[in-house]
Amino acid sequence: MSAPQAHLETLPRSVQLLLVLGLIALVAFPFAGQDFYTQMVTRMMILAIFAMSLDLLQGITGLVSLGHAAYFGLAGYVLAFMSPADAGANILTTLPLAVLASALVALVIGFFVVRTQGIYFIMVTMAFAQMLYYLFFDNKGLGGSDGIYINVRPAVLGMDLENKLVLYYFTLVCMLLVYWFLRRLLWSPFGRTLNGIRLNEHRTQALGYASFNYKLTAFTLAGGLAGLAGYLWGAQTGYVNPELMGFHMSAHAIMMVILGGMGNVAGALIGAFGFELFLHLFKDLPKVGGFDMGKHWQLWMGALIVLVVIIAPQGLMGLLRSRKQDD
Amino acid sequence: MTDALLMAQGLSKRFGGLLAVNDVSLSLFKDQVHAVIGPNGAGKTTLTHLLSGDLAASSGELWLNGESVTGWPHHRLSLQGLGRSYQKTNVFLPLTVWDNLMLAAQARDAHAPFNPLSWFTRADRNPEVSARAERAMTLAGLAAVRDKSAAILSHGIQRQLEIAMVLATEPMVLLLDEPLAGMGAAEAETMVQLLQALKKDHAMLLVEHDMDAVFALADVLTVMVNGTVIATGPPQAIREDAQVQAAYLGEATA
Repeated sequence: MSAPQAHLETLPRSVQLLLVLGLIALVAFPFAGQDFYTQMVTRMMILAIFAMSLDLLQGITGLVSLGHAAYFGLAGYVLAFMSPADAGANILTTLPLAVLASALVALVIGFFVVRTQGIYFIMVTMAFAQMLYYLFFDNKGLGGSDGIYINVRPAVLGMDLENKLVLYYFTLVCMLLVYWFLRRLLWSPFGRTLNGIRLNEHRTQALGYASFNYKLTAFTLAGGLAGLAGYLWGAQTGYVNPELMGFHMSAHAIMMVILGGMGNVAGALIGAFGFELFLHLFKDLPKVGGFDMGKHWQLWMGALIVLVVIIAPQGLMGLLRSRKQDD
Repeated sequence: MTDALLMAQGLSKRFGGLLAVNDVSLSLFKDQVHAVIGPNGAGKTTLTHLLSGDLAASSGELWLNGESVTGWPHHRLSLQGLGRSYQKTNVFLPLTVWDNLMLAAQARDAHAPFNPLSWFTRADRNPEVSARAERAMTLAGLAAVRDKSAAILSHGIQRQLEIAMVLATEPMVLLLDEPLAGMGAAEAETMVQLLQALKKDHAMLLVEHDMDAVFALADVLTVMVNGTVIATGPPQAIREDAQVQAAYLGEATA
């Protein structure tokens, strides 16, 4: 019998080291990198928050959501709606409200979707996300297909996200907080129960757990955290459009989590950075003959994901782990 | 009658045209093992499902410790003191024995995890939960395999773990669906001793095919055939019941 992953959650030394080195690199990066790259890394950190929030569902609870971008995009819209045309919105009010809005919508949608399992869960999460997508896409009052500009980025007191460096470090702190929170959650009674639900939901019920409540709480939390990422995305790009809620955004998050390795939050974090790095690599590929390899980056990305699933079913983190075990 | 820990009245379950359980009534008392026997397909497991809330009964009523619990879902019955094990081993396979027991023991604070403050606590550092898990582990004699993954345990030990997880939830009523299924003679002997020890603190329903174990443990025997109870009584009376012999035990037993 292939050894089942008893402690998917315990991070091997090598991964811990990688994370510490990564953190040092992230803190120092703006001093070394150009403005362009600082913005690129900000974007990576935002997507890392998004991917980690999905891992709470996908990796920890075992609920694969194909509509997670809905909560991501929604918070961006909340920021856009609350931003005055000629001044920055207040972070202290808009950030909690945006996160709360996403969590609330996740709670309502979750109330219906967490009753379903497996393929049905995938389908209904996607269906709800598509409904939200078209709600915004087809309504001029909600910005329509063009989306909405956020003319001035949010700020509070001395902290102005208009400043790229401030935004960078603000995002870094948010990412670290989300990582810390989810790692704590993983080992809490709540997290242990979610883990049990993934492994054997029926047994958790027999033991006395109302698994529905657990799954709904996880869904709501994940929605709220995705909202945090979406808010930061809106603050960085100064622009929100329905694509943020779209199918591609949701699918990218799933790929990030798979690429990095599911169920321990660190994998999702690494996966998000890895995904974005590969994406840039593939987009920069040269033309060969008449074939623009960079333009067809999705081809290479697809091949990469297939490769990862075949040779490292537990993602990039799993590679580190198995290397370790072979030693 | 009023001191029955679990009482079922007229339970029936219909699957389409099949009446799997037909008007079954029974009462479980503390310090008593109530065994249910019958040929395959008699409805024993379905009856257990009805008692534990795994399945909703088509008709009939259920009382747990004097409280009407008819139609309650699975997890609420469990919280109310009803524990059950499954015919097919049903544990968290990748987890270690200890983690299985901790998850079971933690279920008694099933509402605590929704307190956001608890999200910052560690599940493995709750002394009350650890104590419950420890007790169950000792009772079931699993200390030696504490840190082994459940997946690599022998079938017999997995069955013991199955029971231990139920014990970690500290139930009053035990519904045990074929705890001896697939066990070797030595393993079965250990299990019978364990059940014997549990008897005095629990009301126990035992569905079992191993007749040696049944007659060693049971205080009351119910025989089911085709969803219907054909006889209930003390083991000796059942053994001598001609109808039961014809239906189930075979001619030679007398």
